[in-house]
Amino acid sequence: MIWNEKIECASRDEMAAVQSERLIQTVQRIYHNIPSYRAKMQEVGLLPGDIKSIEDLKNLPFTNKTDLRDNYPFGMFTVPMSEIVRVHASSGTTGKPTVVGYTRNDLNMWAEVVTRTLCMAGVSRDDIVQIAYGYGLFTGGLGMHYGTENLGATVIPISGGNTQKQIQLMQDFGTSVIACTPSYALFLSEVMADMGIAPEDLNLRVGIFGAEPWSEGMRKEIEAKLKLKAIDIYGLSEVIGPGVSCECEHQVGMHINEDHFIPEIINPDTHEPVEPGQVGELVFSTVTKEGIPILRYRTRDLTRLIYDKCECGRTLVRMEKCKGRSDDMLIIRGVNVFPSQIETVLLEMSETEPHYLLIVERQGTLDVLKLMVEVQEQFFSDEIRVLEKLKKKITHNLQSMLGISVDVKLVEPKTIERTAGKSKRVIDNRKI
Amino acid sequence: MIIKQVSVFLENKSGRLNEVTKILGEAGVNISAFTIADTSDFGILRMIVSDADKACSALKEKSFSVQTTDVVLAKTPNKAGSLSKLLEVLQQEEVFIEYMYAFSMKDEGAVTVIRPTRVERCLEMMQKHKTELLGTDELYQL
Ligand SMILES: [Zn+2]
Repeated sequence: MIWNEKIECASRDEMAAVQSERLIQTVQRIYHNIPSYRAKMQEVGLLPGDIKSIEDLKNLPFTNKTDLRDNYPFGMFTVPMSEIVRVHASSGTTGKPTVVGYTRNDLNMWAEVVTRTLCMAGVSRDDIVQIAYGYGLFTGGLGMHYGTENLGATVIPISGGNTQKQIQLMQDFGTSVIACTPSYALFLSEVMADMGIAPEDLNLRVGIFGAEPWSEGMRKEIEAKLKLKAIDIYGLSEVIGPGVSCECEHQVGMHINEDHFIPEIINPDTHEPVEPGQVGELVFSTVTKEGIPILRYRTRDLTRLIYDKCECGRTLVRMEKCKGRSDDMLIIRGVNVFPSQIETVLLEMSETEPHYLLIVERQGTLDVLKLMVEVQEQFFSDEIRVLEKLKKKITHNLQSMLGISVDVKLVEPKTIERTAGKSKRVIDNRKI
Repeated sequence: MIIKQVSVFLENKSGRLNEVTKILGEAGVNISAFTIADTSDFGILRMIVSDADKACSALKEKSFSVQTTDVVLAKTPNKAGSLSKLLEVLQQEEVFIEYMYAFSMKDEGAVTVIRPTRVERCLEMMQKHKTELLGTDELYQL
């Protein structure tokens, strides 16, 4: 079923007309309500009236994650707080979180786009949907929740964790759809096996997996182990949360709800739009949001857009599975980690710049972060307990900064490879 | 007399100790005594060598983390109960020990390398109780 056939199957011209009209209004509102973005427009000599259609989108300045952080907490909101009915915050860990606010209309729009994505995934009101994304400041749980209710399916709002109970309820309630991170889906399958429960004992049919990068190989594994169709969903809180885009049953790229979120692909170095169909950095402009509309937000995710009509009948543009990041951010168990944060922790503990190497590995179904730190003169002590204490302190300080545990290993100086004087700081062995 | 012990940070992986001994051999430094303190992923090699400064610079050149630590070398007769006697003295005088290791040489007696929390006090107390102490040169001649 296609939830909103009129717009999801609109012609390119119809879509462009809707987008242009909404973009013009959004630019007006942002220009008059957000001083920091107005200043950016003035810097390049742009007035709101200069934006006449989506053709002019490429002339607008970008919005970066730092803009949200610099205006913490509510500086990017374009409506008074009396209009804001909910806030969410990203799990990002560099200093302050990025806060987003939603008006009543925003929440309705969000529910609508999530409902569309559920329909893309083949979910209907007859389904029982177990939402195992975290409920709270993270957008995953509540975002999926209201979209599922809006569809009319039955929601099991179990939130994350408590794996045995998750499986118990799947069995008792006849859960047909599971929504969680792909790594958690694999973990669920392992615990199921330990409990002696086969996928055939369950009623699972569809899995909606997102909030972290995952590969086609992982998709095959999940589909084989849980005996369901694994659907990729994409979203980020700065744009709305889950529901920005989602695969349909054909699993050939994620349809973007582009009447609300206009995508562009740019070259991350030159900032120019790439040739159609080329890989580059995904940039979003929200054109219906009231609380915190955002123009040309740089997601740092690398992908490409596919404009061909899909077999499902939708004309909504598709984005391929993200191929990586244009910055060095890592997503570990749903948490954003920047190598610069690790540097900060290590610098706080010594006078000189430490050499380190971050290794991300997927052990079974869990992402593990290993940190190798060179024991240079400034760290070295003749006593084991002093070194053990140093190791504990690094582990503890990283844990409190990142919110996730890091396996610290002390290594000899110069064991970490230097490339052109600077050490290569991150190795991602997850093969995703 | 205070002796400079050379300490080296080592990862727990094969060939590292050999690498150190090779470097010292090439630098013409003799190792009189050594011990390794280890954990699951790293260790500290502690050595009494013929030339601590030379050993340090040779190892630093090869990027090892190196440190010198002041230790005391006590000589005890090679017979039962002599180490106990030495420890009793230290305990009595409240000299606390971070770590120690020893080696014995058939006829000349046993040598104990001691890293006390306070080196000066340890020396003073040993002298007071007439414990025989060793200098590097003497050790090297053994
Ligand atoms: Zn489709």
